[in-house]
Amino acid sequence: MIRFDNVNKRYPGGHEALSNISFHLPRGKMAYLTGHSGAGKSTLLKLIALIERPSRGNILLDGVNLSNVRNSKVPYIRRNIGIIFQNHHLLYDRTVFDNVALPLVIAGYQHREVGKRVRAALDQVGLLNKEKCAPITLSGGEQQRVGIARAIVHKPSLLLADEPTGNLDPELSREIMELFARFNQVGVSVLIASHDLDLIKQMGSPVISLSQGMLIHDDLKEVADVEA
Amino acid sequence: MSKPDTSNKPARNAPVTAYFIHHARTLIASLGVLFRSPASSAMTTAVIAIALALPAGLYVLLSNASHVSVGWDNSAQISLFLKANVSEKQARTLASKLRLYDGIDSVKLIHKDQALAEFQRVSGFGDAIESLGSNPLPHVLAVQPVVDPERPDKIAHLMKQLRELKQVDIAQLDLQWVKRLYSMLEIARKGIWVISILLAMAVLLVVGNTIRLDIQNRRSEIEVTKLIGATNAFIRRPFLYTGFWYGLSGGILAWILISLSIGILAGSVENLASLYNSAFQLTGLAFSEAMSLIGFSCLLGLLGSWIAVGRHLDEIEPS
Repeated sequence: MIRFDNVNKRYPGGHEALSNISFHLPRGKMAYLTGHSGAGKSTLLKLIALIERPSRGNILLDGVNLSNVRNSKVPYIRRNIGIIFQNHHLLYDRTVFDNVALPLVIAGYQHREVGKRVRAALDQVGLLNKEKCAPITLSGGEQQRVGIARAIVHKPSLLLADEPTGNLDPELSREIMELFARFNQVGVSVLIASHDLDLIKQMGSPVISLSQGMLIHDDLKEVADVEA
Repeated sequence: MSKPDTSNKPARNAPVTAYFIHHARTLIASLGVLFRSPASSAMTTAVIAIALALPAGLYVLLSNASHVSVGWDNSAQISLFLKANVSEKQARTLASKLRLYDGIDSVKLIHKDQALAEFQRVSGFGDAIESLGSNPLPHVLAVQPVVDPERPDKIAHLMKQLRELKQVDIAQLDLQWVKRLYSMLEIARKGIWVISILLAMAVLLVVGNTIRLDIQNRRSEIEVTKLIGATNAFIRRPFLYTGFWYGLSGGILAWILISLSIGILAGSVENLASLYNSAFQLTGLAFSEAMSLIGFSCLLGLLGSWIAVGRHLDEIEPS
């Protein structure tokens, strides 16, 4: 699903955020991306979502080389990814329903279909009774779940999450992580950046670790070796 | 070939239908956004309307002025001041001779005594003139030429002929003031063009600036929608429609403003016209002119938002 090939990312000013990263997340797999803040986790996710472009190396997403994707085609790549942010990035001037419906509206779904899918997504995150609420009236954990519903409503084949549990207490964090595991069970590839090592250990999925922009640990590689 | 299984495909609209449905929805939604902040929308609309009503109103006044002046060139008159030694009899002979000229409609003799009497009456120098003893004024022939607006040179030719007559001292064409009026109207017309262009630019800037603020206020929304996979066209659309609505409402309001102003002026103008025994009436914008005004206004709104969106939307990228 995701393949990094000797990827470097150097920001203007010379700071090298990622150096020589190579890994492969197979389709339908779930993995955690860990490391201290500043290790390059967010940069790595941004490269996949085409928010940033690599300085060197190639990234293949579902067989597509992202280096060859023109700016005008970037939106269509993103429609196949569900992205979840630490600070939710919800639109506070509209209801929960309208927030979740946004990806479907962008993709041009029929009105009736939008309603059906939004309710299905809200049901999966347990917020079906909140569809008419304004996001601001919800708790932090509920807002994060609205963000997750928005990320999965258009059934993307890949979910990216950047510190999705950053602001939540341990119990809520665990619930959120279990939610991701459930999506993974129905075939969605998932990559979650988190520094919550204790929680990650409990979840038991492969881990990729970054430190100062370098890959220092890759469970996925071992998985691949075992499978080979 | 087996038929592809469509049962599990998402029920999207056909691209073209989806396109139009989305456009219609965005059109309505952007109108809703304007109504949600009525005060600021109304102010923007009013600024646009006033900026448009000003040149359009001047245009209306000018076309009314042209209506009034039509037909005035028929009143062109040539005054032939005869030499002082020309007697009344000679003047009458000359008058009958001139009546036979091709380019002359009628000739009227103004006797010098008659002219003096009128001058005394009008000027207020009655006593002073009486003390002169003899009448210093010459006989005057008032010549009414045949006016052909297509051939102004004909009159010039006639003037030349009349000047060459040995009895004539001065030939004066009273067409001059009509020409002056026309050239003044011409200047006014050009002035209106200049004002229109300047104010059209003002409308562009007003709409552009409003949309720019709108874009800045919705910066985070734009970032999020871009992250979710919205194309630039998708994000641009509501702003363009907002500009369109501003243009439309501004144009309509401008029309209303002009009609109101005409309504206020019409009574007084009619009074004035009746004092001149004229049936002149102030006319407002014709329907087609009003439609062009509104259409032009919509165009300005779209263009203004297009410029703002083009300049500011690309700067906003998620980070």
